Amino acid sequence: MAQLEVDNIRTAYGLSKVLFGVSLTVEPGEVVALVGRNGVGKTTTMRSIMGMAPPQEGSIRWIDRDITGIPVHHVAKLGIGYVPEDRRIFPELTVWENLDIGRRPPMDGGDGWSEEQVFELFPDLKDIQERKGGVLSGGQQQMLTIARSLMGNPKLLLLDEPSEGLAPIVVESLRDRIQMLKTGGLSIVLAEQNLDFVLFLSDRVHILEKGEVVYTGTPAELRDNPDVQTKYLTV
Amino acid sequence: MLAIGVEAMSMLSNPTFLFYQFMNSISLGMNLFIIATGLTLILGVLRVINFAHGAFFMFGAYVCWSTVTFLGGAVGSFWLGVVAAAVVLGAMAFVIERGLLRYLYGREHLTQLLFTFAIVLIVGDVAKMIWGTDQYNVPYPHGLGGAVDFGFAKYPSYPLLLCVIGLVVAVGMWLALSKTRWGRIIRAATQDREMLAALGMNVPLVYTGVFVIGSALAGIGGALAAPRVAVSPGMDATIIIECFIIVIIGGLGSLWGSFLGALALGFVTMFGTVIFPDWELVLAYILMLGLLLWRPWGLFGHEEEEPH
Repeated sequence: MAQLEVDNIRTAYGLSKVLFGVSLTVEPGEVVALVGRNGVGKTTTMRSIMGMAPPQEGSIRWIDRDITGIPVHHVAKLGIGYVPEDRRIFPELTVWENLDIGRRPPMDGGDGWSEEQVFELFPDLKDIQERKGGVLSGGQQQMLTIARSLMGNPKLLLLDEPSEGLAPIVVESLRDRIQMLKTGGLSIVLAEQNLDFVLFLSDRVHILEKGEVVYTGTPAELRDNPDVQTKYLTV
Repeated sequence: MLAIGVEAMSMLSNPTFLFYQFMNSISLGMNLFIIATGLTLILGVLRVINFAHGAFFMFGAYVCWSTVTFLGGAVGSFWLGVVAAAVVLGAMAFVIERGLLRYLYGREHLTQLLFTFAIVLIVGDVAKMIWGTDQYNVPYPHGLGGAVDFGFAKYPSYPLLLCVIGLVVAVGMWLALSKTRWGRIIRAATQDREMLAALGMNVPLVYTGVFVIGSALAGIGGALAAPRVAVSPGMDATIIIECFIIVIIGGLGSLWGSFLGALALGFVTMFGTVIFPDWELVLAYILMLGLLLWRPWGLFGHEEEEPH
């Protein structure tokens, strides 16, 4: 059975419907990408999984239980980490304090992520521990948001547009770090506009259009299908 | 008339009087700070403008009077009264937050304002049912009825102790907020509560905790004020306005802002009434207006973004 099973969810903000029956599954250690243009429902899918925008219909199963509509902090405690699009670090807290807020021991015991390990993965953060989150560069903030989530020892990371607004060289370095996390066994749902980033990292790609999954394939299949790319991804 | 009276001039040239007013300003300021810091904490985290904070202050003063009276003014009864005020107000706050306020967080400010105003009326009436409309006096605690000799002048012990307690509360709060994990969580809650929840933190529990602590501070402030004022109905109305002035001067949600704001209000009150007696009632507002013209977000505040 899949680790995460999103089944036919429909989510609306008030009267404005965003998702019209999205389904996806994530196996342990898998990177599943959600791609598509702006406003097709990638972020809403993640917010639905996280419990921030509970779906009106459909269900979300995590490992062996139904987590549809449970409080956000319960979802997080069950091992799902969320790295939002706009990063949302705590601007008035230092880098170290931001990491400390995220700290939670692993659910199944054992050693989890420590600051040292996080700094090994993101060495840039090590020298700026005392700096306030609000003054960091975009790249540093993105690293910090991921690092902060890792401190909670998630089994699945929801990564929303991690490469957005970052310089190409930073994007490349970020991509390699995420690859390392994948190699370490972390499952990831990745929403991205940057197709190269997606093709490099993911095991499966879902294309969303107007709140529905319209295409599912492997990165290789998508790479060799320019028609689909033009139809759903070209701006 | 704005002219400084001859009488005021002669008073201000008297060093003993100056010292006395100086200390009075700090003492009043510190008492106000203890109350206002609770209000600003609640405002910063819950984003609820709690009009009932003044009523909580009044209730704290009554609880202290009852404790002292019940124990026949025994040694230590006053300090037990302070603890009792904190416990009673904390418990009341717990019930109010869990039972009612919690359902209003998503609503607009006007609804919350009306709700806290209802609490003002209810708490005020409950106080009248329990204590009537009489005025009570709480004596200075044992051993603090005298004065401390500074060599050049004497100053009464109890108001002096208030200065110390205010400072201890300020430093204690600062340490708790900046050096403990709970403090970091509270500060994070003022910045982005949804993200805090996404990191596995039980935000509603943080809210309850902050409302309880903030309200307990109002109760403690009321108990500590009891020996310096007449404990009577209506004492909630003045204090809530003073607290709002302090919070606005200091910047919403700022600990040191409310500390400086409380001191500023203490000085304006104590010296203003001597120098411009005719303007006594408006001086605090002039202070607030002047400061807002200079810094619209208060001393330590910053431009508000819509919080998540």
